[in-house]
Amino acid sequence: MSLLEINDLNKRFGGLHAVNSVSFAVNQGDIKAVIGPNGAGKTTLFNLICGALPADSGSVLFNGGQILGYRPFQIATTGISRTFQNIKMFPGMTALENVMVGLHTKSRSGFWSGMLHLPFTRHEEKKVRRRALELLELLDISAYADVEAASLAFGQQRAVEFARALASDPTLLLLDEPAAGLNIYETAEVARLITKIQQQGITVLLVEHDMSLVMDISDEIVVLSFGEHIAEGTPSEIQHNKEVIQIYLGE
Amino acid sequence: MDLKKITSIALLITLVVGIQLTTQLTGTSYYLTQLTMTMYSCLLIIGLCLVMGYAGQISLGHAGFFAIGGYTSAALTTTNLLEALERGSGCVGLLNKMGLLVSSTSLFGEPMLTVHPWLACLLAIALTVLVAFAIGIPVLKLKGHYLAMATLGFGIIIYRIVLAVAFLGEADGISDVPGFTLLPGLTVNGDIGNRITNYYIAATILIIGFVLLLNLIDSRVGRALRAIHGAEDAADAMGINTARYKLYTFVISAVFAAVAGILLTHYTGGISPGDAGVMKSVRYVAIVAIGGMASLWGALSMGGLLNFLSLRGFFGSYDDAFFGAILILIMLFAPQGILRLSLWNKFKGGKKEVQ
Ligand SMILES: Nc1ncnc2c1ncn2[C@@H]1O[C@H](COP(=O)(O)OP(=O)(O)O)[C@@H](O)[C@H]1O
Ligand SMILES: [Mg+2]
Repeated sequence: MSLLEINDLNKRFGGLHAVNSVSFAVNQGDIKAVIGPNGAGKTTLFNLICGALPADSGSVLFNGGQILGYRPFQIATTGISRTFQNIKMFPGMTALENVMVGLHTKSRSGFWSGMLHLPFTRHEEKKVRRRALELLELLDISAYADVEAASLAFGQQRAVEFARALASDPTLLLLDEPAAGLNIYETAEVARLITKIQQQGITVLLVEHDMSLVMDISDEIVVLSFGEHIAEGTPSEIQHNKEVIQIYLGE
Repeated sequence: MDLKKITSIALLITLVVGIQLTTQLTGTSYYLTQLTMTMYSCLLIIGLCLVMGYAGQISLGHAGFFAIGGYTSAALTTTNLLEALERGSGCVGLLNKMGLLVSSTSLFGEPMLTVHPWLACLLAIALTVLVAFAIGIPVLKLKGHYLAMATLGFGIIIYRIVLAVAFLGEADGISDVPGFTLLPGLTVNGDIGNRITNYYIAATILIIGFVLLLNLIDSRVGRALRAIHGAEDAADAMGINTARYKLYTFVISAVFAAVAGILLTHYTGGISPGDAGVMKSVRYVAIVAIGGMASLWGALSMGGLLNFLSLRGFFGSYDDAFFGAILILIMLFAPQGILRLSLWNKFKGGKKEVQ
């Protein structure tokens, strides 16, 4: 069964058709990659799915329900988490605090209980802190828990961002160019993390500019070019697809 | 509360008591009046600090909320309802039966029937909450300069309203506002004999408000606010309803301003259009900025110091100019506030960095 189903999705920026009638589905438990040259519309597609941009037309079904038109924070509560192409750590907050923000949907305490520091708030804070630490441990970065996240090395920031995105217990994780700006060692590490995430039963949809990462770890690949869906299949099918080869050679 | 917070608050309380005892021993208890007024201003300032430093919004209209609180309470507790009662107004009759009105005698010996200060206070807060929601919902969609302009506009509107409405005393404002008995024996008023009590009432309310805000910024909500301030789209993606968080923060800070307005009005016995003026709002913003924006302790200490100096007439006739100049200098040289200057950071030992 497909967890995410995108049908005939469109987005224009003025005269530019950034996402042009794109349709595809993501199967439960898979790692699916969207590839394409820079400017192909990958980030735009992500922003449409996450509600960060309004779509012009089309539909996005998650678990069979329409999520197009939801605001980003509402999408987050349905079980979709995301990371950003240009890592967005919360400045001035430690790695641990960043992950604690990721646990927002998993905790309740509001303005009143926060101001009054009610016992249940204290209890919840402890739980949130413990869980955040567990997530940092899962991604092997608990040593940096108390370091300001924005001052960490790029690869470590990526790991914190993963931990933060996993905190809400998502069923679908959207990763926008997780290897962007990383060296080959860090990229291999990210590949390992993504497989580890899949093993936790989380479906992954990732966008990547760089082919090498996705060929190894993806179950299926969608190719976009100038906003259009031009091919879809297993990594080996995509590797042998003439049109895809042309796009990448022509780049 | 963690140990650090408890210790700091204990030190703050010690300071409050220490100051009072010092004035008593040195026979300078006249300072207490200005200190009491300062503390009410600080209540507004820490509320504004929450909005500016933690939610990352600016409000140049906080004197407006102060005025809504102060004027509402002043108008309700000074308007004589006796005539309305005699005319047979059902509403006034009902309030009277419920014991929500108080009888007294005016300075000129006339019998008076006015709204009970507690009811006036609650109505003033309710009105503030309504206005803050009504203003906040459309205005908080704006950012930066636009938000500054919009809140400035709100402040100007409130200023023109209090200046124009006869019921609010026009240019004279409202005077002869009665005291506000919070609890038996605890009355907010300007009686000399009640000076020490009032000093402690103001200190207690300020410290309670301060602790509430300290708790808030240490909580899940505070973390969410800092996240919104730092990277709004990422906060949104974490499931934080950013619009609602900003709005609630704005409303809470408006209530802090209104409570400051209500209590200061009962304390000084009056309120005038100057209290609603734009220069007052600029002053509050300048104090939060100099305190370090995202620092409740900075806002409290700078609010305490500068308001007190201003009330003592330290800045002479350049009072408003002084605060305007502070704002310009801060924005130019230390947008993080002087308590955050690099020198100061070195002095404190700096942040933990990774190699
Ligand atoms: N907010 C925007 N306004 C106008 N044009 C945009 C906007 N966002 C993206 N674009 C354009 O849409 C196209 C697709 O961009 P993007 O989705 O970022 O591509 P990719 O992530 O595949 O590199 C590009 O030509 C880009 O310039
Ligand atoms: Mg992109």
